Amino acid sequence: MTTLLILIVVLLLAIAIWQLTKIFDLTQVGENVNDTQIADDNDNKVNGYIMFAFLGFIYLTTIYCVWNYGNLPLLKDSASEHGPLVDNLMSISLVLIFIVQTVTQALLHYFAFKYKGKKGQKAMYFADNNKLELVWSSIPAIVLAGLILYGLYSWNNIMYVDKEDEQDAIVIELYAQQFKWEARYSGADNVLGKANVRYIEGANNLGVDLSDPNAQDDFAASELHIPKGKRVIFKMRSQDVLHSAYLPHFRAQMNCVPGMVTQFSFIPTVTTAEMREKPAIIEKVNHINELRAKKSEQLVANGQTALDPYTFDFLLLCNKICGASHYNMQMKVVVDTPEDFKAWLKDKQTIVQAVKTAAAEAEKSEKPATPTIDTAKVKAVVKDSTAVAQTEVKK
Amino acid sequence: MSAEAHNHGHEHDHDHGHEHHHKDTFITKYIFSIDHKMISKQYLITGIIMGIIGIVMSLLFRMQLAWPEESFKIFNVLLGDKFAPNGVMTNEIYLALITIHGTIMVFFVLTAGLSGTFSNLLIPLQIGARDMASGFLNMVSYWLFFLSSVIMVISLFVESGPASAGWTIYPPLSALPQAISGSGAGMTLWLVSMAIFIASSLLGSLNYIVTVINLRTKGMSMTRLPLTVWAFFITAIIGVISFPVLLSAALLLIFDRSFGTSFFLSDIYLAGEVLNYQGGSPVLFEHLFWFLGHPEVYIVLLPALGITSEVIATNSRKPIFGYRAMIMSIIAIAFLSTIVWGHHMFISGMNPFLGSVFTFTTLLIAIPSAVKAFNYITTLWKGNLQMNPAMLFSIGLVSTFITGGLTGIILGDSTLDINVHDTYFVVAHFHLVMGISALYGMFAGIYHWFPRMFGRMLNKNLGYVHFWVTAICAYGVFFPMHFIGMAGLPRRYYTNTNFPLFDDLQNVNVIITAFALVGGAFQLVFLWNFFHSIFYGKKSVQNPWKSNTLEWTAPIEHMHGNWPGELPEVHRWAYDYSKPGHDEDFVPQNVPMKPGEEVLHH
Repeated sequence: MTTLLILIVVLLLAIAIWQLTKIFDLTQVGENVNDTQIADDNDNKVNGYIMFAFLGFIYLTTIYCVWNYGNLPLLKDSASEHGPLVDNLMSISLVLIFIVQTVTQALLHYFAFKYKGKKGQKAMYFADNNKLELVWSSIPAIVLAGLILYGLYSWNNIMYVDKEDEQDAIVIELYAQQFKWEARYSGADNVLGKANVRYIEGANNLGVDLSDPNAQDDFAASELHIPKGKRVIFKMRSQDVLHSAYLPHFRAQMNCVPGMVTQFSFIPTVTTAEMREKPAIIEKVNHINELRAKKSEQLVANGQTALDPYTFDFLLLCNKICGASHYNMQMKVVVDTPEDFKAWLKDKQTIVQAVKTAAAEAEKSEKPATPTIDTAKVKAVVKDSTAVAQTEVKK
Repeated sequence: MSAEAHNHGHEHDHDHGHEHHHKDTFITKYIFSIDHKMISKQYLITGIIMGIIGIVMSLLFRMQLAWPEESFKIFNVLLGDKFAPNGVMTNEIYLALITIHGTIMVFFVLTAGLSGTFSNLLIPLQIGARDMASGFLNMVSYWLFFLSSVIMVISLFVESGPASAGWTIYPPLSALPQAISGSGAGMTLWLVSMAIFIASSLLGSLNYIVTVINLRTKGMSMTRLPLTVWAFFITAIIGVISFPVLLSAALLLIFDRSFGTSFFLSDIYLAGEVLNYQGGSPVLFEHLFWFLGHPEVYIVLLPALGITSEVIATNSRKPIFGYRAMIMSIIAIAFLSTIVWGHHMFISGMNPFLGSVFTFTTLLIAIPSAVKAFNYITTLWKGNLQMNPAMLFSIGLVSTFITGGLTGIILGDSTLDINVHDTYFVVAHFHLVMGISALYGMFAGIYHWFPRMFGRMLNKNLGYVHFWVTAICAYGVFFPMHFIGMAGLPRRYYTNTNFPLFDDLQNVNVIITAFALVGGAFQLVFLWNFFHSIFYGKKSVQNPWKSNTLEWTAPIEHMHGNWPGELPEVHRWAYDYSKPGHDEDFVPQNVPMKPGEEVLHH
């Protein structure tokens, strides 16, 4: 079937080419037969008109895209405090761009149409004009200066966290690995314990230094919960390759780099529940669900399982190519009210506990030589594993 | 220098007198030629072949994006059972396709195919030289390029798959075969190929620089050079400055991969074990890569803009507007291009203060770019436009250069980059501003100088069909991409079906792919026109476009040494089109000034 379709498409294309060439040939009927392959008055005329039509095509494409896809962009409904700042700058830049685009494309294509060549016509000898050059160097310079100032102001606001703000912020580690995310919460002391991939062992899959006092209350989660209205400082780590923590709804993104800790911080301002109530989001979700329902019908008809209906959730996506399954590296993000967040925090098992439990279970089933894992042992094991890695590399 | 010129002239006189004196065998004439015109053809044809591979790859992954994980016979035929079992493209080969597509298009087509072809063809002919400063190095440069192309193509066939860490090959992904299978033998070949490519590019660039500085004919001052030569000259300088940095990055990466060093790697736990790397930084690699990577954009684009300047002036029958401003902006762009690389790394984890600095320099570069665009538009104003296919492509270039360049204002702004970084917005931006624009420049050059290269004309009607369909499809492909990018769709995703959030973008992806397929198919028109016209095209006259530059004063028949007898002497700049006081609407550069004739430009 596909082969047939492809054949038909190829055939139609061939016919289209043939016909188009014929049209261009026909435009020359009645002219002196021009076989020089150099454009003559008629070519100039035809292509001049098409140039003008092409301007229409550019405008129509723009209008079509803005009309149909213009509601998709993340220009509104941001969910972080700095979101409106970014969106505002984005809107200003977009408006500017559209104005410049409309005017310059019009001039370019209109001149191409207006001044199409004719025999005997002579062009104006106009080689330079310093005033004009000055005008159109300084106008972009001034406009860009404005954009730069606004941009730098926002950038500094977003990237630098004041010392005071830092103190009552929540610190959360975003831990990236091929191909999943994990979050490590700093617990009651609000300080993340030391960590390094060399501590990774069994249940301690984030490589936390279990002997570090700050690490004792750290706990891990596979779903990111953050409270509305409180600054969150994210510390990003990666255990293998580059990843990028992309939180589009919060206008937030930062790469996760193995060997270093990167940081991004924002204040969520809309809870997941509130976001689901926003008219634009409702409309989007309904539209997506219609599409999914349609697709499900097809799938069911083919004997496959139907798609789940979609409910809105904030997302954390990986946005730096990180391997074969890069396209499916995501984590659900939930913005809670402060009360819900508190409730969610309760009864979370700390990483230290989790390691102990895992060790105890292992002991029960296998009765290994080391009965309990205390921190000193873990360190010893860690040293061992490095040694093993080194010897293996040497081999 | 003069001795060499004299020598060439002497040789030539001999050739002319005794036909049997030609010692050119097939091999020295067509294969190991040291004639810049033949080398330029070799570059062009190699570039076109690589271009076919690159574009076919893009069509394949566009089909996957529009109809994710559906079965196509063509996938199975081209990719084989391993990478397309039952005709369904695998995620590994998808990443390999986008990686190699990027590499081939940026380096092999738009750097070597465009700049290599036209620098070689035009620099000696337009400055009035017999050949490049060193014909032998020029030949070595081409053959190194050919070798690197062959190795790159071979890398497509290794068992573990071609390099698939993205054309930016960021480590650790590109350094560790455990992380992705393409980082095994495929990546090694990629690095070897690129190292050879860089050597080729450096040899070529040094040759161009020396030739422009030393071999200009009598009267050809720097301010009388056509803008094409200025563009090639400055491009070569950027290349010499920045390519060695990529070479060092590639070498250090080879060390990390093969000899256990830790320049770019640190603290890695992969496949169940801690790797023995300590103290390196992937961010260092990003700095080194983009120190070439950004100037590379201008290495690709400046020659296209140079070609456009020449083609627009000739076909408008008007001097290029603001010749000196054009030179100044080329130089400004070249200088600024080396200090803006950090705008690719706003969110890489480097110090946010650096982000501020790079935002500033990046938005500065918009000014000379804007000047160029305005100057092109003014050149059209009150012209007598001859709509040859080359002219159409040049106007198309200005159009896509504006459309694509404007969105650079958003991406260059660190604040806005946070949310559109690595989305389809970026893909749309750079494809329009450097991909499509540079391709248009290349096509403009081919249509314009085809008569000079092959002594025959390309069919203009096929040229018109080629341009208009390409122009519509280029916008059809890349304009909607801005919108899906702004909707947050990341690039380099094999399929978006794991994110219901993006379900409403699927129809846009289908439209984009449809335009891409049609646009790709219509490149066949060009290919047919090109290869057919080499042999059967209408014979060209010596100066078909009534152009001023020196290459059209040389006889149609190619000869080593370009001009029989004396080299032409230059008496005026290259843009005396429609000059008052002359009967014709063009005055070639070798025509002496009339008594009392004034220089009208500044």
